[in-house]
Amino acid sequence: MPYGPHATGDRARMLEVIGIDSVDLLFDDIPEVLRSGPLRLDPPESELDLSARLQMLASRNRTDLASFLGAGAYRHWTPAAVDQMLIRSEWYTAYTPYQPEVSQGTLQSIYEYQSLLAELTAMDVVSASHYDGGAATAEAALMTCRATGRGRVLVSRAVHPHYRGTLTTYATGAGLIVDDIPLVADGPSAGCTDLVALERLLADGAPVAGVVAANPNVLGLLEDMLRVGQLAHAAGALFVHVIEPVSLAVLVAPGETGADIACGEGQPLGIPLQYGGPYLGIVACREPLVRQIPGRLVGLTRDLDGKRAFVMTMRAREQDIRREKAASNICTNQALLALAAGIYLTAIGPHGLRDVAALGASRASELAAALAAVGAPRLHEGPYLNEFVARVPDARRVHARLLERGVLAGIPAADLLPGEPGLEDGLLVCTTEMTTPAEISRFASALGAELTVGAGSSGGAA
Amino acid sequence: MVPGELRYTKEHEWVRVDGDEAVVGITSFAADQLGDVVFVELPAVGRALTQHATFGVVESVKAVSDLFAPISGEVIATNHGLAGQPELVNSDPYGEGWMLRLKVADAGQLDGLLDAAAYEQLTSEG
Amino acid sequence: MSVVGEKLQPTVFELSRPGRGDGKIPHPPAGALDRIPAAARRATPLALPEIAEPEVVRHYVNLSALNYSVDTGFYPLGSCTMKYNPKLNEWAARLPGFAGLHPLAPDAMAQGTLQLLWELEAMLAEISGMTAVTLQPAAGAQGELTGILMVRAYHRSRGDLERTEVLVPDSSHGTNPATASMAGFKTITIPSAPDGGVDLDAFRAALGPKTAVIMITNPSTLGLFESRIGELLEATHAAGALAYMDGANLNAILGRFRPGEAGFDVMHFNTHKTFSTPHGGGGPGAGPVGVREALEPFLPEPRVLREPDGSFRLERAGERPTSIGRVRSFFGSTGVLVRAYAYLRAHGGSGLREVSDDAVLAANYLKALVGQAYEVPFDRPCKHEFVASAAGLKHRTGVRTLDIAKRLIDKGYHPPTIYFPLTVEEAMLIEPTETESLETLDAFAAALVEIAHEAETDPGLVTSAPHVAPVRRLDEATAARQPNLRWRGVTGLETPCPQ
Repeated sequence: MPYGPHATGDRARMLEVIGIDSVDLLFDDIPEVLRSGPLRLDPPESELDLSARLQMLASRNRTDLASFLGAGAYRHWTPAAVDQMLIRSEWYTAYTPYQPEVSQGTLQSIYEYQSLLAELTAMDVVSASHYDGGAATAEAALMTCRATGRGRVLVSRAVHPHYRGTLTTYATGAGLIVDDIPLVADGPSAGCTDLVALERLLADGAPVAGVVAANPNVLGLLEDMLRVGQLAHAAGALFVHVIEPVSLAVLVAPGETGADIACGEGQPLGIPLQYGGPYLGIVACREPLVRQIPGRLVGLTRDLDGKRAFVMTMRAREQDIRREKAASNICTNQALLALAAGIYLTAIGPHGLRDVAALGASRASELAAALAAVGAPRLHEGPYLNEFVARVPDARRVHARLLERGVLAGIPAADLLPGEPGLEDGLLVCTTEMTTPAEISRFASALGAELTVGAGSSGGAA
Repeated sequence: MVPGELRYTKEHEWVRVDGDEAVVGITSFAADQLGDVVFVELPAVGRALTQHATFGVVESVKAVSDLFAPISGEVIATNHGLAGQPELVNSDPYGEGWMLRLKVADAGQLDGLLDAAAYEQLTSEG
Repeated sequence: MSVVGEKLQPTVFELSRPGRGDGKIPHPPAGALDRIPAAARRATPLALPEIAEPEVVRHYVNLSALNYSVDTGFYPLGSCTMKYNPKLNEWAARLPGFAGLHPLAPDAMAQGTLQLLWELEAMLAEISGMTAVTLQPAAGAQGELTGILMVRAYHRSRGDLERTEVLVPDSSHGTNPATASMAGFKTITIPSAPDGGVDLDAFRAALGPKTAVIMITNPSTLGLFESRIGELLEATHAAGALAYMDGANLNAILGRFRPGEAGFDVMHFNTHKTFSTPHGGGGPGAGPVGVREALEPFLPEPRVLREPDGSFRLERAGERPTSIGRVRSFFGSTGVLVRAYAYLRAHGGSGLREVSDDAVLAANYLKALVGQAYEVPFDRPCKHEFVASAAGLKHRTGVRTLDIAKRLIDKGYHPPTIYFPLTVEEAMLIEPTETESLETLDAFAAALVEIAHEAETDPGLVTSAPHVAPVRRLDEATAARQPNLRWRGVTGLETPCPQ
């Protein structure tokens, strides 16, 4: 066994102390008819052979293309110090800090995470932590129902489809109604949450517990979050503001939009893309909702000698104590990713984070201009930060063709939001501080060539 | 010692009748079992409580317990002091640590509750 | 800066000084944000700390040193399987081909990861005797929710709408009843029999046409194999209900008992327990779920599919209308799954059986030693963990399990799980795992025996422990009564951006 500790004779000594002569006797309590035969798996692999296999598999993935893919997961520069700290096994081989006297490292890091995210979101309370943006959004929506005693949630169709899907799954079990808020079809607000429809949905049907909207929305557009919050509150509903954390360095924060709850995906804060996880679900709220927030909370206190120290607190809300009456079943969470986010924010600092957001926006302006110049202007008129939809006829085919030219041209918008009208000719593209001017030129010229060929061939056919 | 003039439930709530009103709290025994009380969740004024149904929750550092209405009645006041000082439940369970005041719906229900001697018997067996 | 103790650290907010820390990101051109309308911009100062990298590094290194971890020493936290975390797995998860892959990358760009995931599903199916596996759930509790929602969908697909109850033994993890509530079910708690197993009579009495599913942890949280499992499963299926196995304790039965083969319909795995992925100070985990044929149509989306040409792809949204839908964003905690895959490949079928054999051997050996000084309530072989009780010691000396736990810290050990399961007085749930040497087990047992002796001779020494930890016992009551959940008083830290 590769990580087994026993020397010759150790097992025999242990059996002798127990008073038996075979380890098989320790499994006698498994009814004979239910015992399993040997597992039909490959034989054990040495570390050398296994490392070669893993390298071979990793090399079959393509991560070398010029990528303009975002849509909820973003490629950012992570300061080298972040992973150097994370790889310290005092962090990753510990578990839940049940014994605070020997867990002050983890506990303080969680308290700092709560504090850093509270600054970033301009909210009072941050829980640490949830699985990902989808689970965080679902938990936020359930929270609005507990807090208001109502059973209906309105969700903008411009919230990430995976978050909406997760919310719908969670809501099914809880017996809640989830209604979509449609998007504006055309004009200056096209692609944004339809506020007239929102007002109508709030007025008709069962009372609404919460209204959920995202900024930037899934199409990269900036929403009138203040107005969404006002409409929600006027109907006695809570307002859930779905965030992208890096953008909060420059965009209006949930604490400024009147949000009662903020939630979102923390991956952009120093967490690798790694095909979808482990990521970091963020949930924050205002003070009066503190007893409704699910997940772990760490508080500052003192020890018997009066020394400042940190401890898990308000534990009686959690599943191991409250069982079927718990606010959520969450137990294992994303503590190591919360630590990564904390180190990232500390290492990059407030000016660095602003630079990340602003440089991404600057590259997006360059990309929008370059794509427009080859015949692919933005599909929507409204303001955006670093992600937008480019109008590209036959987007799916063009996307596939550009892959062959070494460009990952975002994602066809209709693939991300199937059934959403008006997106068939759209590519959702994204830039960050990692995007280079050379990559932008490569994308634009490849797209220009593709559109010319496309136009040429369709012209020829006509 | 268990105050003699109160009535008790098997779930360790006490009730003190005061005219057609009643005051409700939890016993010293219950507070000791819970340990340091850190939060008490009480119903809104105006809510009608049903005898034996839960009306709230009391939390300590490591435990949580439902609160059961000893008798039916409408809530006419709750102890706001517990929001800032939940420790009153530990330090003065029959006095400052009271939880709510009810308008008694059916005084006959009181007869089904334990008297002090019966309650003391119950807790000494525990 | 406030001095907070010899080894304790100031917070990052106290370390902050305006103007420190720079050079990570190029400065954007002036006016980069001019196109963003004023109303859409942040007005609140961004009061994050400003710290130079050397101080950032010292801060986190010094904080990490305040933690006890598996790589520091023995961590017998029952129910959590704190085994050694192989370093190859950390290396593998960080390979750029895995770590840099975008979750929405086209299938053609993700063939390596998709193949790994597909193979991992097959390995978990073989280990569990289940037909199909989803790797999506982010942790055991989310696996439970996924499983129970599939059970719900199964009954509804058969027009059976009356099954609203979930049966859960009183020794279960709190996640089981909490999950049942989240999924809209009512929890019925089944008492334990004197031998620690489920009380079969009470179980039969509770089982009926309203039962949707039973949730059984096997081995149980007492570390005991549920030897009446055959009868339990038979009665469950005869009543038209399904059986869920909480796989938290799978480390005891690899290659010895396959839940799907035995008759369970659905189970979750905890990769951070059984398959050595790190616990991360609380997470991340991963909670794959295995099902038998009847539940396969309801698996969450997207599944990993293998095409006839041998290539792999992800299922598209809505491709399988019977699915319960999404349980999370993107595919799953792939970085965790890479580590689990490496662990399974390193062991193979024979190595996994050895894992369980050695885990069970270590637990029984430790039980024999610890039993010299503490009660061990169930007199039969345990599986990978066992319950000891300090009830007798408490009655004699006033020293409680909590005190023993704190005194273990002084002696260089992480305490076991205490006061769980709730069914045993003054419980200590001790799980040594298979990766601890004989010397470590001997020394830990000696420490526990020594503490029992100290309790008799010098109880104050034990009740005032720990004495050598970075902090002493904490005021948890004040922490909960007047919660301080974030640092305040940092306004004014922010300085204008240099550009």
